[in-house]
Amino acid sequence: MAATAMHTAGRPRRGISVHTRRSLIKGLLFVSPWLIGLLALTLYPIGASLYYSFTSYDVFTPPIWVGLENYQTAILGDENVALALTNTFLYALVFIPLAQLAALFSALLLNVDLKGQSVFRTFFYLPSIVPAVASTIVWIWLFNPQYGIINIVLKFLGIPGPGWFVSPQWAMPAYILMSLWGIGGGMVIYLAALQDVPKELKEAAELDGAGAWRRFLNVTLPMISPVIFFNVIMGIIGAFQVFAQVFIITGSYGAAGPGNRLLFYSLYLYRQSFQSFKMGYASALAWILFVIIMVLTLIVFRSSARYVYYAGEK
Amino acid sequence: MGTVTMHVRGKRMIGKRARRAITLSMLYPLLVALSLLFLFPLFWMVSTSLKTNPEVATMPPTWLPAVPQWANYPGALNYAPLLKFARNTLLICACNVLGVTLSCSLVAYGFSRLKWPGRDALFIMVLATMMIPGQVTMIPVYIIFSKINWVNTFYPLTVPSIFGSAFFIFLLRQFFMTIPFEISEAAIIDGASELGIYSRIILPLAKPALATVALFTFLGNWNDFLGPLIYLSDPEKYTLSIGLRFFQTLTYSEFPMQMAAATMMTLPIIILFFLTQRTFIQGIAMTGLKG
Repeated sequence: MAATAMHTAGRPRRGISVHTRRSLIKGLLFVSPWLIGLLALTLYPIGASLYYSFTSYDVFTPPIWVGLENYQTAILGDENVALALTNTFLYALVFIPLAQLAALFSALLLNVDLKGQSVFRTFFYLPSIVPAVASTIVWIWLFNPQYGIINIVLKFLGIPGPGWFVSPQWAMPAYILMSLWGIGGGMVIYLAALQDVPKELKEAAELDGAGAWRRFLNVTLPMISPVIFFNVIMGIIGAFQVFAQVFIITGSYGAAGPGNRLLFYSLYLYRQSFQSFKMGYASALAWILFVIIMVLTLIVFRSSARYVYYAGEK
Repeated sequence: MGTVTMHVRGKRMIGKRARRAITLSMLYPLLVALSLLFLFPLFWMVSTSLKTNPEVATMPPTWLPAVPQWANYPGALNYAPLLKFARNTLLICACNVLGVTLSCSLVAYGFSRLKWPGRDALFIMVLATMMIPGQVTMIPVYIIFSKINWVNTFYPLTVPSIFGSAFFIFLLRQFFMTIPFEISEAAIIDGASELGIYSRIILPLAKPALATVALFTFLGNWNDFLGPLIYLSDPEKYTLSIGLRFFQTLTYSEFPMQMAAATMMTLPIIILFFLTQRTFIQGIAMTGLKG
């Protein structure tokens, strides 16, 4: 090490030394797979996508420059964009809080020192690893208005079951219920966070006479707030990525889906690009999506300073 | 004074024990009830898959099939070439697992174990690319692949794996950073090359992290829906996730066959989960990845 340092120091030239150049080449060689991918499959596509978003482009004929027309249409003239955004936001607004509550509640239950917890943990977690396509097919069957077990149980309880995925009003609630089945991933993250909460803090609070609820509110919750914050951001991004499930559900009930209540943003983008081949318009939709995710993430970030506690920050 | 505190303490201890007994008596039923709720759809999937078509519509429904109809499984395999879809899926998964673990570990090595000018600036680019939603690059990437006639081949679904994935590069880099640098220095003195250190020292030490990357790459590709949907049009080349759509056109009376197909797609993942449970759970906690 000392030798290399002397070597470098011994050449106070303007250019980079032989040693630095060699380490640069070595470093670049190691990261070259990613670097090539960055240029070919990320940076170039970003530029191309931005360009396409100002054109009318159907893949088969060259793109035609149309200026801001795509953005104008998307924001002002396309009621399907408004519908897709409404649906996506509605889903995010209802699902994310419910999912956090359910996942955190499950994690708290599974964190109690009990015999057999590892078995319960496996059971709670298992649904979240079921492939999306398979779980969607299963839930379409469970929610079948006539023969599905959910409506049969409701009927047994004297409640007339709704049409679920077939009904415009119930398609979204049904989809949210179905999504809640797969909270296992978030739950495991909360569980890991709960196990990281220092025992001494809880014991100290207990000695001060704090009950279980107060301990949770004043010790546990602040300690795991960064994880809640993380899960909420992932939830927002996830809501805009919802695709396979709603593609299958709406596919099962005709192309438009039940009253279009399950027309999510990603689904609409897919239809515009790979079904209608409006690549220019779809690119504009993708950039609008990018801006929305950035703005939402920024808002959550900004507001997080007030209620997220980071250990080690004074 | 002393007796008073002792008295209070004793009381509190008894109270605590009693409270724990009460909590337990409430907690177990709750945990069992929730477990049943979580497991029921899976149970119903398997149970339905073994019923006859008329049995699915009987009222009240039967919990278990009167006579298990194992023939529904060969029936589903006949209805759509699921075995071929499974083979296609496995091929794509294998290429990605190999490509992603190899390239990501090489790149992560460059970003963590080597010092070179511009390294940290480039690494920020790795993190920045994670912020870009896939929808932005999806269309131009499709156009690139269609221009080189790769549409309707497995190449768009496998070849990009050799460029690595930003998230796994990040994950492996964090892991490589925790390996003491003295090991590398000692190896250099012994005359080892960087590739030698990478393959003979770092990779063996990073097995748990590599297993996580391999496992989640496998799962991601097994479950991938959008990629095969965009690129594969020939049913001969379908993967399981898009091949399962063949069963969508079935009516309610054929739910058993649908459920048999869904079971066949789910079972390998559940087996994989039980085989690799530790890697699985640690991986999720480590990465914040959701399933």
